[in-house]
Amino acid sequence: MGKENSFSLKFDTDWQYDKAPESTSHIQLKKKYDLFINGKFVQPKSNNYFWSVNPANEEKISEIAEGNAEDIDIAVKSARTAFGKWSKINPKERGKYLFRIARLIQERAREFAVIESMDGGKPIKESRDIDIPLAAAHFFYYAGWADKLDYAFPNQKISPLGVAGQIIPWNFPLLMAAWKIAPALACGNCVVLKPAETTSLTALKLAELIQDAGLPEGVINIVTGDGKAGAALVNHPDVDKIAFTGSTEVGKIIQRSIADTDKKVTLELGGKAANIIFEDAPIDQAIEGVINGIFFNQGHVCCAGSRLLVQESIKSIVERKLIDRMKNLIVGDPLDKNTDIGAINSKEQLKTIQEYIKIGLDEGLKMYQADVNVPKKGFFCAPTLFFEVAQSSRISKEEIFGPVLAIQTFRTVDEAIEKANNTPYGLSAGVWTDKGSKAFNLSSQIKAGVIWANTYNKFDPTSPFGGYKESGFGREGGMHGLEAYLKVD
Amino acid sequence: MDITNSPPIDQLGLIERAAKFRSRSIKKDSKIQGLELALSMIDLTTLEGKDTSNKVVQMCQKAMHLHDGLQLPNVAAVCVYPNMVKVAKKTVGDSGIKIAAVATAFPSGMSNQTVKVEDTKMAVDQGADEIDMVISRGKFLEGEYQYVFDEIALIKEKCKKSRLKVILETGELGSPDQVRRASDIAIKAGADFIKTSTGKISPAATMPITLLMLEAIRDHYVSTGKMVGMKPAGGISDAKLALHYLVMVKETLGDDWLNNHWFRFGASRLANDIIMQIQKQKTGHYQSADYFSKD
Repeated sequence: MGKENSFSLKFDTDWQYDKAPESTSHIQLKKKYDLFINGKFVQPKSNNYFWSVNPANEEKISEIAEGNAEDIDIAVKSARTAFGKWSKINPKERGKYLFRIARLIQERAREFAVIESMDGGKPIKESRDIDIPLAAAHFFYYAGWADKLDYAFPNQKISPLGVAGQIIPWNFPLLMAAWKIAPALACGNCVVLKPAETTSLTALKLAELIQDAGLPEGVINIVTGDGKAGAALVNHPDVDKIAFTGSTEVGKIIQRSIADTDKKVTLELGGKAANIIFEDAPIDQAIEGVINGIFFNQGHVCCAGSRLLVQESIKSIVERKLIDRMKNLIVGDPLDKNTDIGAINSKEQLKTIQEYIKIGLDEGLKMYQADVNVPKKGFFCAPTLFFEVAQSSRISKEEIFGPVLAIQTFRTVDEAIEKANNTPYGLSAGVWTDKGSKAFNLSSQIKAGVIWANTYNKFDPTSPFGGYKESGFGREGGMHGLEAYLKVD
Repeated sequence: MDITNSPPIDQLGLIERAAKFRSRSIKKDSKIQGLELALSMIDLTTLEGKDTSNKVVQMCQKAMHLHDGLQLPNVAAVCVYPNMVKVAKKTVGDSGIKIAAVATAFPSGMSNQTVKVEDTKMAVDQGADEIDMVISRGKFLEGEYQYVFDEIALIKEKCKKSRLKVILETGELGSPDQVRRASDIAIKAGADFIKTSTGKISPAATMPITLLMLEAIRDHYVSTGKMVGMKPAGGISDAKLALHYLVMVKETLGDDWLNNHWFRFGASRLANDIIMQIQKQKTGHYQSADYFSKD
């Protein structure tokens, strides 16, 4: 190990894959979407609409209603009214509605996947194979809990909270809606959901599906709009619970605004996860895990493995293998079935990422960017590595939320643990080693909500997810996810 | 030289990576180009106790006339038992098709080195361009890695100018870690090719196992600059799967390996399915399997 001779592989070949675009002919999108309140689509009080833009070609897709505090108030009232009946119906019946939603998502999976990729920029293979199936899986999972809550909390008295205000991010639009809605409904709550401004479409398609599922009016209300609508929801006096997934900055604002109320809250915020490779790791699989850890969904993942901690003895091998692997990443049209990395979600996010790349270069860091042909229109960013990054660098300290990996080194296990924990965040981490004992040791010493051993970015509805420190609190998923939506006496 | 120091393999990660190649969508021109490439990499094979000269002649004819209605490349080689080398050689003539012979007490390798050397010599003397040897799996599983290494080196020496393919029989080795170790031993002992299987044992070639062997080849090349070929054999019978193997080669080893000098398919039924697919790409519809000769 250590320094190595290196003969390079040639990945430019005459054999290039032809375009393989997923068809869009089967999807149905309206030109204009209203707010979904009390089981109906209604115009926003402001009468204002904003465009949802396809980040891969900057084309306008649909107009989205701009909800304001007045709309939020109506939505909360309709949820409150619906709560009376919904919380009292036979739990088995609640489960049936959730099963129905799950099955309808499966039936319309292809349409949801295409719209998710058009609206948010993620590659179709991810929306098709991960986002949509997982969203359905969450509804299936919590549908099963609806009539078994007493078994989850034996000898305790449980009751639903009431109206849940749920604010979700733009990185996994439908999946985050499912994470929030499914447990809330299973526990007997009603919800007002505020999707992210740039990615409202699949939530609105979900609203149509909810109508088709025959869910009682007002149980789920979806109010689109910008941060002001979100703030109105957080500050509404008749909301019992706030569930937020998004930036740490906004999470802090939310916590401040509800500080003198008795609202329950769960926050799932940012992260700067360490993905740690030891010299005894299964190295080729680790490389794949690092690639998946940082470039999955263009790096727009709160639990992304954005800091690679590599043991010094294998540094040069790991760096070379990463670069070889990156030469085979296909960046481009999210709807092409061969695309590995799609479009950055918005112009603003692309600007943020580019600013961080500039910061890295200004700090004098050595950088590698994959030589990829990014389309001229649309928001794209080549996958990027920064080498020999120190703990003091902003590249290793701050969440970039893009396809940018900071590579750091360590010498001993203790140093790896210290560096992994030396961050205000604590959402996730990865450990790569062939030694089981080492993996267990690290998983007990690293302060992070999720720690993957010899894999990365694996999600399952049965598994709780959530953070330590400034990555938030509360757990979503699994049996733990029920607690966030129940009063337990 | 430490021949046992191979990197560990995580089986789940390996399987997951291999599955990703299968999600590549190969369409239109890239499909035809890939299919023709795959066709040119096939070693048509007959290795049965009931093989006769006539059977071998018929297979060699098939190798030279895959489907004369279409403009197609020839397959790379025909693979036979040593006593069939002469008749195969005579039949393929100067068509450019190589003759590969299995040797070293194929398929079990359960004999002594004298017999294995004689077996190899016979095939080479009869004019085999390529020798497909089997490793001593029993010795390997006993931990006698040096024995396995020395035996491969010995056979390599007896091959003279013929290229040596080393069959690991991965289905008998028990774990990906063992396959990686066997690959490293074979490569370091002088294999020109490493090959998954004899075709007599199930499982034969799989994508995950082929991937880890490609990675062994890649690591060797990156540190020494020496190329080694790869031949998955057995179990690859449809065109789509063959295309995904090529995707795997392209994205693991790159352009230098995308030719029949460095990559082969050990398969017989595969050829007709590829031809059928090429016909379909060119005419827009499938023809009955009975339009394609079965030799």
